[in-house]
Amino acid sequence: MNTKLKKKSSMSISDIITQVILVIIAIMFLSPFYFLLVNSVKSLGDIMVNAADWPNQFNWSNYARAWEMTRFPEAFTNSIIITVISNLLIALLSAMAAYRLVRSNTMFNRFVFMMFVSAMVIPFQSIMIPLLKVVSWLGVNNSMVGLILAYMGLGIPLSIFLFHGFVKSIPMEIEEAATVDGANSYSVFTRIVLPMLKPMMVTVIILNCLWIWNDYLLPSLILQSPHLRTIPLATFAFFGQYSKQWDLALPALVLGILPIIIFFLSLQRYIVEGVAAGSVKG
Amino acid sequence: MKRKTSAALAQQLVYVGPALLFFAITIIVPFVMGMYYSFTDWNGVSGTVTWVGLDNFKQIFTNDSAFATSFWFTVRFTVVGVILTNLAGFFLAYFLTKNIKARNWLRTIFFMPNVIGGLLLGFIWQFIFIKGFATVGEVTGLAFFQLPWLGDEVTGFWAIIMVFVWQSAGYLMVIYIASINNVSKDVLEAAEIDGASRFQVLKSVIVPLIMPAVTICLFLAISWSFKMFDLNLSLTKGGPYRSTESLAMNVYNEAFLNNRYGLGTAKALIFFVIVALITLLQVRATKKKEVEA
Repeated sequence: MNTKLKKKSSMSISDIITQVILVIIAIMFLSPFYFLLVNSVKSLGDIMVNAADWPNQFNWSNYARAWEMTRFPEAFTNSIIITVISNLLIALLSAMAAYRLVRSNTMFNRFVFMMFVSAMVIPFQSIMIPLLKVVSWLGVNNSMVGLILAYMGLGIPLSIFLFHGFVKSIPMEIEEAATVDGANSYSVFTRIVLPMLKPMMVTVIILNCLWIWNDYLLPSLILQSPHLRTIPLATFAFFGQYSKQWDLALPALVLGILPIIIFFLSLQRYIVEGVAAGSVKG
Repeated sequence: MKRKTSAALAQQLVYVGPALLFFAITIIVPFVMGMYYSFTDWNGVSGTVTWVGLDNFKQIFTNDSAFATSFWFTVRFTVVGVILTNLAGFFLAYFLTKNIKARNWLRTIFFMPNVIGGLLLGFIWQFIFIKGFATVGEVTGLAFFQLPWLGDEVTGFWAIIMVFVWQSAGYLMVIYIASINNVSKDVLEAAEIDGASRFQVLKSVIVPLIMPAVTICLFLAISWSFKMFDLNLSLTKGGPYRSTESLAMNVYNEAFLNNRYGLGTAKALIFFVIVALITLLQVRATKKKEVEA
């Protein structure tokens, strides 16, 4: 046991060299964040003189101004509401549909599933123009409802595809036993199937969270009112106005990426596993 | 019996109905409408929409140099971007599956750019290209850092490539890591005992066995780069003189800047056909190369 542990932890010379090279690459990978962070607390004059130096004084007021001018709390709240509600609805509706499509293998359902899968190759840009017309027909243009509705339709195909593969791997005996015991289809689904779907649920939610939280194009088309802006929209508007005023633009960017970085670092194991699971199934 | 079928129908409606409804509203209906509008002169504002037959397509193929430029830009971007990001992702994965202590830390760092959206990443890099590189250039005197990165056609192209690879390599790395870890240790040991060099093991054992991951990673990288919009918007806005304008951005501009919705939907339809064809061909080609151990 002891020798085995020792053997595992000691690295050969070539491994050490590999590690050194990888660490150097990692530092290069992180260097944009260094530039971003150190300059976000400098005065504009100092940024112009030398963008690589460590700040000689920390102007935290840059952040206070960016926080107010981007109306960060509002944008953050909007992003949270849109991401959370869209995610819950997509995950629930996709799980339900995938369950039925697997368990009731009729010709109609096979056709429906095929349609969901084929729709995954349609690029968003090739349907966005008429989609806006549909959204305004429904009277939900310039509202969170309209945006969430669009996210549901757009997010459902991939999510159904992922759940579909997972449901197929669940043996039917458990559900059959429950049915014999007198449970109806709906309680079989909510009490037995849904809890078993949990691993794939995590994957689906993580993939959709990253997509919806970071999305710019769709909200920019649907939401026009400034007070509905999500973080990417608020950042875009702000950056357009103050793009040469780096002492305001940089702290705004730091604020913009902070929530998702914190989300990632605190859940990174699930996120990395979710990404791997989500794509290997494809 | 009748009761049973109506219960089945109710279940079908409850389980599949909502998903199908939202799917139809946001994908099927716009898709079909787009096909119709691509044969019209719809301008997005006026109520009258006139059927113009193939005029939009004629216009696009014979008289639209910006579309041709953006198509060519997107093709070059996709070829270079897909190759580089896959090489980077694969080699990071290859070395991170070796016995390295800082493995988990490194994996986290390489993946991190991916969780930030393309728009914000592009803005961060705009600063790096404009101020960061300039400063590094002054200090080190290296010509590489003193190029007019975002202000020139050629360097603008490479600037977007660089950010694209920086953003996406980590995602592909995660998929490659999962796949390399699945290659059985017995096969690797057998190859070593037979006297295969490291390079031979890589080329003749690992790569053929991870072909399913290659299929997926190529698919993802092609679809990201072909549909690229956010990075393009935040880095160069298509400039200078529309020389770095992607297809997706060309479609967007035609509809929402020029207010030619009919022409825009025609471009969008062409865009869909190209994306569908490329992804189908690619999946077919790499699926053939998949083997079992």
